[in-house]
Amino acid sequence: MKEINTFRVGQDLLFSGIIYVARDQAHKRLVEAIKKGRRLPFELKNSIIYYCGPTQTAQGKIIGACGPTTSARMDEFTPLLLKQGLKGMIGKGNRSLDVKKAIRKYKGVYFITYAGCGALLSKYVKSVKKIAYHDLGPEAILKLEVENFPLIVAIDAYGGCIYGED
Amino acid sequence: MKEIKAYKITQAVVELVKRANFSLRKDVLLALRLALRIEKNKRAITILGAILDNAVYAKKENLAICQDTGMPVVFVEIGQNLRISGDLKAAINSGIAKGYKKYALRNSVCADPLQRGKSGFSPGIVHLDIVSGDKIKLTLLPKGFGCENKSQLKMFKPTVEVDEIKKFILDAVKIAGADACPPYVVGVGIGGTADYASLLAKKALLKKIKSNPGLSSKGTVPALERELLLAINKLNIGPMGLGGKITALAVNILTYPTHIAGLPVAINISCHALRSASVIL
Repeated sequence: MKEINTFRVGQDLLFSGIIYVARDQAHKRLVEAIKKGRRLPFELKNSIIYYCGPTQTAQGKIIGACGPTTSARMDEFTPLLLKQGLKGMIGKGNRSLDVKKAIRKYKGVYFITYAGCGALLSKYVKSVKKIAYHDLGPEAILKLEVENFPLIVAIDAYGGCIYGED
Repeated sequence: MKEIKAYKITQAVVELVKRANFSLRKDVLLALRLALRIEKNKRAITILGAILDNAVYAKKENLAICQDTGMPVVFVEIGQNLRISGDLKAAINSGIAKGYKKYALRNSVCADPLQRGKSGFSPGIVHLDIVSGDKIKLTLLPKGFGCENKSQLKMFKPTVEVDEIKKFILDAVKIAGADACPPYVVGVGIGGTADYASLLAKKALLKKIKSNPGLSSKGTVPALERELLLAINKLNIGPMGLGGKITALAVNILTYPTHIAGLPVAINISCHALRSASVIL
């Protein structure tokens, strides 16, 4: 995402490109791997992580329901990932002060998308590849190719937050 | 004595899994449509529109309304004149496992809460109740954990003013904020014991949402439900927490007698995707 610095809080956009699905346990493992200096399963630099755990995929479908999960649970892991080059996050709900500071410091962006609309959001997913932590089942890391995925900028790199001041 | 074979219960649960996860409850749909008419905030209108579109799309495509297909909670009312041949709880959990697999839902249940590890479809939470008659009623509530995580319990003093209880409930909604997919349905259990108040709060989510609470029945509880709903909808949390008139679709309260020394109050919040389905066999 080259144009990240242009995003401002409250802006609506439709994103097309690659996003990586990772939630609770995957975050714990990513942070452990960084701390131990191990190679990560995907290139974190300039990537976008989507906090999501889809349902299983029914026959003939690309993906199941795949809406956002509560972002706040990932707060303790996020500053380190931003430091390592993560650029964007997609989830639902507010973030901690530490995450907001890190977003500002490392010039990242936090998006939200339609919460509780997992069926609808599956329409925008064009391909799915399971890339790591298969043993985590619904919490495995997936690489998604999305087209016109609806996003709202919730926290920008300039200290703006859609939920107001802390 | 009337008899029912356990496999019939398994079959019924499989069907409930489909109904609850693919079709939003009629009363919830009505409340959402009403919310769309009341809402003036442009963003809130767009979000409510997406929520309603999602419900239509889920049903049409046999997709889960929400990817969090929950911890399956099953309420069972067994008539005391009904004999079940086979293992009831095993039959229910088998229905959950089969149904969740068949309909490609999510295996969100960790076998060990501390070790975590590989997750599965079951077991669910089974609440059994013995009632009169010779039928069995099964109700499945797939409870998402974004909102379950916002549950609260407080043991008040018996001399507490009602205003303090109201504040506790309002604060719980404020804490849930944007995180747990508003507009919410707020389940409240008042009385009993700590465990029983928590059960009542969850059961309150099964109460049908009144589409016009302003005109409904008299009494302390309906008045408190109305008052709380008005107060919650003044918080301006709104759909997805981005502001608006509709922060909650309903406040549902259940009460039970309690001890002279206390007053337990439990809160169980549901996201807008409040899903449940029942069957009587």
